[in-house]
Amino acid sequence: MADKPVVVVGAGPAGLCAAIELKKAGAPVVLLDENDKPGGQLFKQIHKFFGSREHKAGTRGFDIGTGLLDESLRLGIDVRLKTEVVGVDPGLRVWAVEDRGRSYLLEASRLVIATGATENALSFPGWTLPGVMTAGCAQTLVNVYRVLPGKRVLIIGSGNVGVIVGYQLMQAGAEVVGVVEAAPTLGGYGVHTAKLARAGVPFHVRTTVARAEGGESLERATIVGLDDSFKPLPGTERTLEVDTICLAVGLTPSVELPSLAGCATTYVPELGGRMPLHDEYMRSSVEEVYVVGDTAGVEEASTAMEEGRLAGIHAAWSLGYLDDAAMEAGAAETRRRLDALRQGVFGKKRFDAKSRVLEESHNR
Amino acid sequence: MNVPERTLKTKGAPSLGELEAAGMLPGLEDLKARACLCIECVEEIPCNPCETSCPRGAIRVGSPITNLPALDRDKCTACGLCIPACPGIAITIKRVEGEKATIRFPWEYLPRPEAGDEVRMVDRLGRVVCPGRVTGVNEAARNDRTAVVTAEFASEHVLSVVSMQRGPR
Amino acid sequence: MLKTSNRVADHAVLGAAPEAADVEIFLDGQPITAKEGEPVMSALVAAGVTVFRHTAKGSPRRMFCGIGRCTDCVMKVDGVPGVRTCVTRVAPGMRVERQDGKGNWSEGAEDGR
Repeated sequence: MADKPVVVVGAGPAGLCAAIELKKAGAPVVLLDENDKPGGQLFKQIHKFFGSREHKAGTRGFDIGTGLLDESLRLGIDVRLKTEVVGVDPGLRVWAVEDRGRSYLLEASRLVIATGATENALSFPGWTLPGVMTAGCAQTLVNVYRVLPGKRVLIIGSGNVGVIVGYQLMQAGAEVVGVVEAAPTLGGYGVHTAKLARAGVPFHVRTTVARAEGGESLERATIVGLDDSFKPLPGTERTLEVDTICLAVGLTPSVELPSLAGCATTYVPELGGRMPLHDEYMRSSVEEVYVVGDTAGVEEASTAMEEGRLAGIHAAWSLGYLDDAAMEAGAAETRRRLDALRQGVFGKKRFDAKSRVLEESHNR
Repeated sequence: MNVPERTLKTKGAPSLGELEAAGMLPGLEDLKARACLCIECVEEIPCNPCETSCPRGAIRVGSPITNLPALDRDKCTACGLCIPACPGIAITIKRVEGEKATIRFPWEYLPRPEAGDEVRMVDRLGRVVCPGRVTGVNEAARNDRTAVVTAEFASEHVLSVVSMQRGPR
Repeated sequence: MLKTSNRVADHAVLGAAPEAADVEIFLDGQPITAKEGEPVMSALVAAGVTVFRHTAKGSPRRMFCGIGRCTDCVMKVDGVPGVRTCVTRVAPGMRVERQDGKGNWSEGAEDGR
């Protein structure tokens, strides 16, 4: 039994931290990722993170990513890249496909699912035109591949993703011609929106995109004001010349693998919609399966890392690699750091939503 | 009593009234007496690098870390270490000396300004307020790639100016 | 003529772009200079390419998610249609083609990537 590894799927911030805690405790662990580089979406985060020193606040996301990769290398974690997980059976056999050529089964003692989330689309006339893309797509292009997707950008959605990506597009040399927000108030942190505002970027609340137009690619976008029931207000249309529209309208947990593993799910709007239930140790309704990071409710990289650690610590204990005291101490410390990130006007909503998830998990 | 116009959640940046109501702005008399820290952070977000970067203990966030930063102006020496430490790019230092005001502000764009550059100072909504001149740029390694720019401009605009206009790359 | 003006050569936070060898690939037979290690998607965006394919109904597409989730950016690569160009790294001499609809396989092409 001891020979079966804990299989962690997804080498983003949550998966890396889970694998690191497991390996530190002495548990055999295999970390799988479909990409040819680990780090998930951490390496496109070039801004300084929030939180406190113990959350690496003030450190830029990609530097946090480099630190995690260095630690995983130092610990000698078995990281298998270009490896897609396409199935898992009730016996916890994980079906992996390596480099789209070799298929094999991995017998796991525990499974930690850290497969992240998918950016939401928004359907409007012209949304399929070249030039309309998710905010994350534009962020990947400018920060990872160092290529500008366009010169004049309209951002749809004023949450942190939209305003952070808007700032980063300007840092890469693009112009942001505006940010539209359907709600009556802006969603992201005021310090993030203020960076765009002082650069002269106009914000339009109670507004949405009516249509995107162009020949073979995007040339202009028409935005329109909304009434209290989110219906377009006649006579408020305005057309902007843009070659890029970034959609920053939320993310949805990637629940394919938890569903295959038989994990019960619930619907939590504040955390991105349909998500697997989990307890205070990130254990799903299937005892041997843990869910962490955005898969377990969309939050932030900093919370994802702590959830990964929590699951790693508990899984290591469940296999006998940590004693009760070490597990309880480690879990309590991790939870304290998590709670610190889930306070204030923004965090409280997520704290309450997570509390409901725990409650529902216990009442099952 | 006048209710200040609130613009943070509609236009993206706080109005002067919003900042004053939050007790975040130094008064004109303070600005004439010494260099003053301006922390424009009026929402409870989980963040405290301003506190931990301060060698004098002049900024207090405490626990929980969503508390708004509280500044002890008597302890603050305006050393400026907190400017690049703030992930929100929300701290400046201003001073008024006669007709002239100086500001130190964080800057993460190219081109990097250089001492002597003639620039246009902007307010919180990016509107050009007055001309300015860059007198220094600090790019110390500990700033972690956030430059701290010092610029001079006409002191009558000291409360509204927060940064400078971004130039073409 | 394809221009190559969309690269971010210098950056306030990321610094100068890392040195990467030029790799020549072909888009519908035309040479494009890519950077070693980058995906086909960014090489095409850098070269100013705005249309990656057309749907069966003739509607143009480029990219949408950029991380291998959505399949908007699929093209015919070395004879194989439907390849996600955002997660496929360039290789010297790689032949990239815009596909219509689901595209078609070239004779002898193998899905080895």
